[in-house]
Amino acid sequence: MKFYKAFSVFGLMLAAALLINACSNSSEKEKDSIAKIKERGVLRVGVFSDKPPFGFVNTQGQYEGFDVYIAKRLAKDLLGDEKKIEFIPVEAAARVEFLKSGKVDIIMANFTKTKEREEVVDFATPYMKVALGVVSKNGKIKNVDELKGKQLIVNKGTTADFYFSKNYPEINLLKYDQNTEAFLALKNGRANALAHDNTLLFAWAKENPGFVVSISSLGDQDVIAPAVKKGDKDLLDWLNEEIKVLTKEGFMKQAYDATLAPIYGTDINPASVIFE
Amino acid sequence: MEGSFIFEIDTIKRLLEGIFITLYISVISILFSIFCGLAMGFTMAFGSSWIRFICRFYLESIRIIPILAWLFIVYFGFSTFSGLHINGQIASIIVFSLWGTAEMGDLTRGALTSIPKHQSQSAKALGLNDLLIAVFVIFPQAIVRLLPASINLFTRIIKTTSLVALIGVVDLLKVGQQIIEVNILRIPDASFWVYGTIFAIYFFLCYPLSVLSAKLELKYQY
Repeated sequence: MKFYKAFSVFGLMLAAALLINACSNSSEKEKDSIAKIKERGVLRVGVFSDKPPFGFVNTQGQYEGFDVYIAKRLAKDLLGDEKKIEFIPVEAAARVEFLKSGKVDIIMANFTKTKEREEVVDFATPYMKVALGVVSKNGKIKNVDELKGKQLIVNKGTTADFYFSKNYPEINLLKYDQNTEAFLALKNGRANALAHDNTLLFAWAKENPGFVVSISSLGDQDVIAPAVKKGDKDLLDWLNEEIKVLTKEGFMKQAYDATLAPIYGTDINPASVIFE
Repeated sequence: MEGSFIFEIDTIKRLLEGIFITLYISVISILFSIFCGLAMGFTMAFGSSWIRFICRFYLESIRIIPILAWLFIVYFGFSTFSGLHINGQIASIIVFSLWGTAEMGDLTRGALTSIPKHQSQSAKALGLNDLLIAVFVIFPQAIVRLLPASINLFTRIIKTTSLVALIGVVDLLKVGQQIIEVNILRIPDASFWVYGTIFAIYFFLCYPLSVLSAKLELKYQY
């Protein structure tokens, strides 16, 4: 049976060809990361492609949103043209991997700074805040004490769930798995209020007249920051300085007005979401 | 009508882009799977014991590790360790070809070894050599047995390509999710319409394969 060998050799050759083809994208030597980006001429940024209003692809197939708006400015300041940017769509679960393997230079996919993540990536100066908020019918619930002995809707296993179970055991929690169920329950009047990330509540309240985010910021405030590969000090330093400048010159407010304000409406104080 | 946004030019264009990527990855992977898989099946059925062992080892290592893990290994792992960057689509094609080859190889081996021994013995008695036996006796019979299972494998490859979104490749399903999220405020039922459309598209991608398989089976039936 000689010819089966020819077959297997053919198979091996195909596999080898594939591998060589894959490897032919020549390797870049370890260099100062900013010089490397400049040489490449393109800033690669990982963003969400389906999370409006932060990072999403619009109906024409263009990237848009708050994160994207800021990322474009970063490309403009680093490379002189906001078009010299490549957006790489990332999923929440794979964000760290994209950085670790060097597939992207910066992650700006609404990446909340946490202790666990800080061990594997480096966070720059934050550009956004996120905290718990409480939404209620006509804004009746003005502070947490008014909730005592009343019903509050939370999503199972979220920060809101942990926060209220731990700090306010006297509030009756009504727990749901899905966002849609939770919001529907509030609309149907099953509880007095609902607690969730304020960035989400602002958008929801705008779409649902009669509901007001009456407590806009509660509990531990988390921040959202661009992240770079662990140890990429050049880019990190540049980002820190850049974001400081952008915040000072009011660019973050401009980004807010362009992307978030149409969704959140005018009743929301921008200071509860961005740094000014 | 509520679902009419599906038929807006921009939406159709984006869905077509998604279909193209899904087809691009799956068709190339399927072609590789057919050629390499047939070769591997042949080797496993008639090869020497050590080459059979290598094939077995390859097959099992593909089988026990989930496809998603393979995608991560090839796309992220490879560039972390070697510093070489593979484009996401190429990485997907590599993984799906490796998977398809392994499964196709095992199917081919099964089909070839399922042909009763007296077939080849009778052919030998008639004076045919090994090559002629394989080409004119074993292969035609094995192909009929191989068809249904391999078509099943190909439809599975097409459907499983939806995993590639995790390594940054925007396939049909991901495009659908993007369309849903952009329209959700305007059209609350967007997910129903978009997923319904995607369901229909996957059906029309996979159904022709089933028809083809039925036709081929009829043609090669003895």
